[in-house]
Amino acid sequence: MSAELTQFLLTGITIGAIYALVALGFSIIYNASQVINFAQGEFVMIGGMTTVSLVDGGMPLPLAIALAVVVAAAVGLLLEKLAIERARGASVVTLIIITIGASIFLRGLAQLVWDKNFHALRPFTGSTPIAVFGATILPQSLWVLGVTVLIVAALGWFFGRTLLGKGMLATSHNRLAAELVGVRVKGMLLLAFGLSAALGAIAGILTAPITITSYDVGVMLGLKGFAAAILGGLGSGVGAVAGGLALGILESLGAGFVSSAYKDVIAFVIILAVLFFRPSGLFARRSAERV
Amino acid sequence: MMVRSTLKYLAPAAFAACLTLGAGVASAQEPIKIGAFLAVTGPAAFLGDPEQKTLEMYVDKINAAGGVLGRKLQLISYDSGGDAEKARTFAKRLIEQDKVDAIIGGSTTGETMAVVPLVEQAGIPFISLAGAVVVIEPVKKWVFKTPHTDRMACEKIFVDMQERKISKIALISGPGGFDKSMRAECLKVAPKYKIEILADETYGAGDTDMTAQLTKIKNTPGVQAVLNAGFGSGPAIVTKNYRQVGVPFPFYQSHGVASKEYIKLSGGAADGVRLPAAALLVADKLPDSDPQKKVVVDYKNAYAERWKSDVSTFGGHAYDGLWLLVDAMKKAGTTDKAKVRDALENTKGFMGTAGVVNMSPTDHMGLDLTAFRMLVIKNGDWELGN
Repeated sequence: MSAELTQFLLTGITIGAIYALVALGFSIIYNASQVINFAQGEFVMIGGMTTVSLVDGGMPLPLAIALAVVVAAAVGLLLEKLAIERARGASVVTLIIITIGASIFLRGLAQLVWDKNFHALRPFTGSTPIAVFGATILPQSLWVLGVTVLIVAALGWFFGRTLLGKGMLATSHNRLAAELVGVRVKGMLLLAFGLSAALGAIAGILTAPITITSYDVGVMLGLKGFAAAILGGLGSGVGAVAGGLALGILESLGAGFVSSAYKDVIAFVIILAVLFFRPSGLFARRSAERV
Repeated sequence: MMVRSTLKYLAPAAFAACLTLGAGVASAQEPIKIGAFLAVTGPAAFLGDPEQKTLEMYVDKINAAGGVLGRKLQLISYDSGGDAEKARTFAKRLIEQDKVDAIIGGSTTGETMAVVPLVEQAGIPFISLAGAVVVIEPVKKWVFKTPHTDRMACEKIFVDMQERKISKIALISGPGGFDKSMRAECLKVAPKYKIEILADETYGAGDTDMTAQLTKIKNTPGVQAVLNAGFGSGPAIVTKNYRQVGVPFPFYQSHGVASKEYIKLSGGAADGVRLPAAALLVADKLPDSDPQKKVVVDYKNAYAERWKSDVSTFGGHAYDGLWLLVDAMKKAGTTDKAKVRDALENTKGFMGTAGVVNMSPTDHMGLDLTAFRMLVIKNGDWELGN
């Protein structure tokens, strides 16, 4: 029984870490612009698919990963330059709608550039499950968890300690005031899109051996990542991770102890309940204080 | 409304009159028109694309060999994109404008069912390439189909389980139409084979990990085997997780994963998995004594030569459909729709890629369980399992 519980928790952490990585991408763009970027899932897809096709083409894995992150970041920058910046004066809602359009466009493009089939990436360090208290976890899940922790630490440092990061937060808080004290507001948004696209790509690459990637893998991952970001509190790095892990563990426990047919229902009902009492998410207040 | 409905009845009558008048003069030269509507693009393109290629290829071959009844075949094919509404429009065009002699098509069950009322009213032989049982159950006068049904896949698996003394199993299935239909059929026929389903787990669209469900199954007392009814990436993830959690029971998949892609996606984890599939998949491995061997090997080689790609069972459905029709026209000695329909219904001993077809007034598919072969995956390749 206890081994069973351990397995459900490990499963939850595996799924949760994936959601957390996607949720972090949402938070960065939200921090810089208050925009929820619904094309975030597509960055995840571009990262995974690019790596798979490069590796299939014979490129060594580390090089393929680096190149895929660069490709995704370039797509993120282009998206900001060509679509978001053009609509400068528009309201946040308009910008959000633009990102929805961009996500549909990117998905269509991916069908043409690649194909409609599923692709698997080789796990980085083997696929022999590691036994923990009678339960098992895959080495790839440890990669996901480890990199997530590193990224959260790096982002915490970036937003809390560097001028650039503080400038980004300032831009999100009050665009005009930030501009008045000398922050290059335009550059900040561009940077945010590039950064979160790169982050999305990293998520896509790390999870591709687990989730199996395809042109539309971003749809569900984007949705779950968004839910995780909302649960944790939009804009908070710690919140994104906590939200992701909570969502993953809820799903896994729901599937294990209640019914797999209702696991999503159970998870989302709990999220609704949380948001009812804390409308801005679990960690939102702390993030507001930080700004 | 009045005018429209009158027209509707007049059109076929006028059409029939034309046919009778023209028959004596030009029939020897006029081509036999075969209509098709297939999901060549869109989400079901993996079905429609090989079907279209197969029809094109064999219509050319038949014409090069002199045609049927001394007349050439003419293929009129439309791309429905997998959309039922479009399929209906194209079927209407095939019947009313192109005035085809028979229709092959409907890559998916949705397209097929949208067209059934049209062909029934027009009275035109229609061979569907869709999987579900509803296409032929209840029997519809003008509608036939070539692919085996998911119920047969369940039955084949259950027969194999019986032979291996397995009677208590767990079921895990996905969210897609195929998954749901297969799950329902398996639940329905399980009692007939004295199979008891102890656990019935599911996973959602885009789920990335099924270890929770599999842990639950592993710890369900009494389970002797696990069956995964699924399609797409889900079964590959289930297979990986199955080995990760270390479920000790025999593992069955459905014909939904009968492609090399599945083995590739699940890595080494697929070894030992048992599944039912069409003979086409193991064409080269069939013993020479197998009566189906020649048909499937010939088709496989012809397809690979013409299109430089691997054959799929879906293209095989189109192959069967076309040849069933040609066979029926030859037997009827005419393209008269009612006579061709009767000949189709009386098809006996026809050897197709799906198996031996024996139609009857109560069975418009005509396949039995021998159509499926039980396969085992060994070292990343298919092996015959029995």
